[in-house]
Amino acid sequence: MRRSRQIKLQVFRGIVFLVMGAFFLVPIAAMFEFSTRGNSVTAPRTLVAWTNIFKTPDLVDAITASLELAVITSVAMLVLLLPTMVWVRLRLPSLHRVVEFLCLLPITIPAIALVVGIFPINRWMRINISDSILMLSFFYVILVMPYSYRALDAGLAAIDIKTLSEAARSLGAGWSTVMLRVIVPNMSSAILNASLLSVAVVLGEYTFANLLTYENLQVAIAYVGLVSAGTSIAVAVASLLFAFVLLMILSFVGRPRERMARAEEPIVPK
Amino acid sequence: MPLNWLGATPYFAYVGLFLLLPTVLLAVGAFVDKDGHPTLANVTAIGQPYLLKTFVGSTVISLVSALVGAIAGAMLAYAVATGNPRGALRRVVTSAAGVFAQFGGVTLVFAFIATLGTVGLVTVFLKDHGIDIFPNGVWLYEPSGLTLIYTYFQIPLMVLVFLPALDGIRPQWREATESMGGSAWHYWRYVAGPLLAPAFLGSTLLLFANAFSAYATAAVLITQGGVLVPLQISALFTSETGQAQPGLAKALALAMVAIVTIVMLLYTLLQRRTSRWLR
Repeated sequence: MRRSRQIKLQVFRGIVFLVMGAFFLVPIAAMFEFSTRGNSVTAPRTLVAWTNIFKTPDLVDAITASLELAVITSVAMLVLLLPTMVWVRLRLPSLHRVVEFLCLLPITIPAIALVVGIFPINRWMRINISDSILMLSFFYVILVMPYSYRALDAGLAAIDIKTLSEAARSLGAGWSTVMLRVIVPNMSSAILNASLLSVAVVLGEYTFANLLTYENLQVAIAYVGLVSAGTSIAVAVASLLFAFVLLMILSFVGRPRERMARAEEPIVPK
Repeated sequence: MPLNWLGATPYFAYVGLFLLLPTVLLAVGAFVDKDGHPTLANVTAIGQPYLLKTFVGSTVISLVSALVGAIAGAMLAYAVATGNPRGALRRVVTSAAGVFAQFGGVTLVFAFIATLGTVGLVTVFLKDHGIDIFPNGVWLYEPSGLTLIYTYFQIPLMVLVFLPALDGIRPQWREATESMGGSAWHYWRYVAGPLLAPAFLGSTLLLFANAFSAYATAAVLITQGGVLVPLQISALFTSETGQAQPGLAKALALAMVAIVTIVMLLYTLLQRRTSRWLR
């Protein structure tokens, strides 16, 4: 009886893994296949679509812009979030819940709804500050906040920042020394996680850029796709691989298993 | 004391400006007409048949993709949970789930066009073997195609949220059921089922909210607007033909926020109930 149940279970597991594996891997393989197709069914495999990426100025601009946005957003997120979270833990514990609520709030406001409210603010900023696409990073910081908050919160929970900062302060360190030379080195993997998540979110962002009429990577891919499906699918594969590598680094980066569970708690995407 | 508050000011100023202010603008804008006078016209306009239809469309797609995602995801999670807890397979599946749950938008749509589009890999392969998957026209660009594409990020999300609940189920409970003469049916019906039900229901709600708020995937796939609430919002908001109705777009967006908030609150309640039994 036990034995037959074991066999049934193993058969069930085998089928599930096989079907799911196919469902998730075939579309990725299909993208590769599609991006190396020639002009006709019988044409030999070609990498023209891939080399065309660099011959499409719109795409090159959009890739550059998205990479810049990713870096700016990650840095801005760290500068804004980390000191605040440390400060709240040390000096304003009563505000902990408020900060957590605000950081996770973007989950319950769908991006398409939030962008409607952001539109007038963006218009004002375009007229009075700058028309550059990099202005998007002001809004992207809000979008990545829930992801980064959870990663950083898990990192902060793992170290005793009260003792660390008091020890540093009693030895005469200023607040900047405490932050940069005591706290940051002690939670480097959490900071890496938060940054990689931000980069992945920014590189995949479409809603804000599209509705605020900026041409970032995803908008450009969709736009080029109307003209040349092969090239845009090649960029899509490239950006996907890049995001995969980032997120795989993230999930294999050494960190305590216990903390991992919290940082990986999924959040409603997009 | 006031000096302490100073440390948190930049954060609150930033969040106030870029998160709370837009939300307020959205909420106020839904109750104001073009000239800035208060009105309920935008909110009552949601009752128009063509807008109600978008809500029905969004609800159906979200519900179906959430149910399919929840059932398939739960099976995958169960297959993972019954394996070696420290095995490579589990690590790979959970890592991959983390990656795929974030996957959406333009890239995902292109992946499915390359797979199931009219000249997609699988379409062509099946056609060569005498199977036409589009006997009544191409359904990939219809809501049913969108539902299928949504399951691609719904299943991994389910694995991530449901796996901890499955891990909380102890083998001893099954042994206890068996030693008292219970069958597999008894175990699932009276022990594991009731314990996992809140977690399953809660996860399904999260998946529903996830699909309901998704915009990018639908926007790239379905070019003629109006079948889903997010597409309708963007159409009303950015109409190029001068038909833009920003007030109505804000009212729709506000309704969307309300629905997602309610669903997420229920999810949180069910999560809390789950954690009471399974730790």
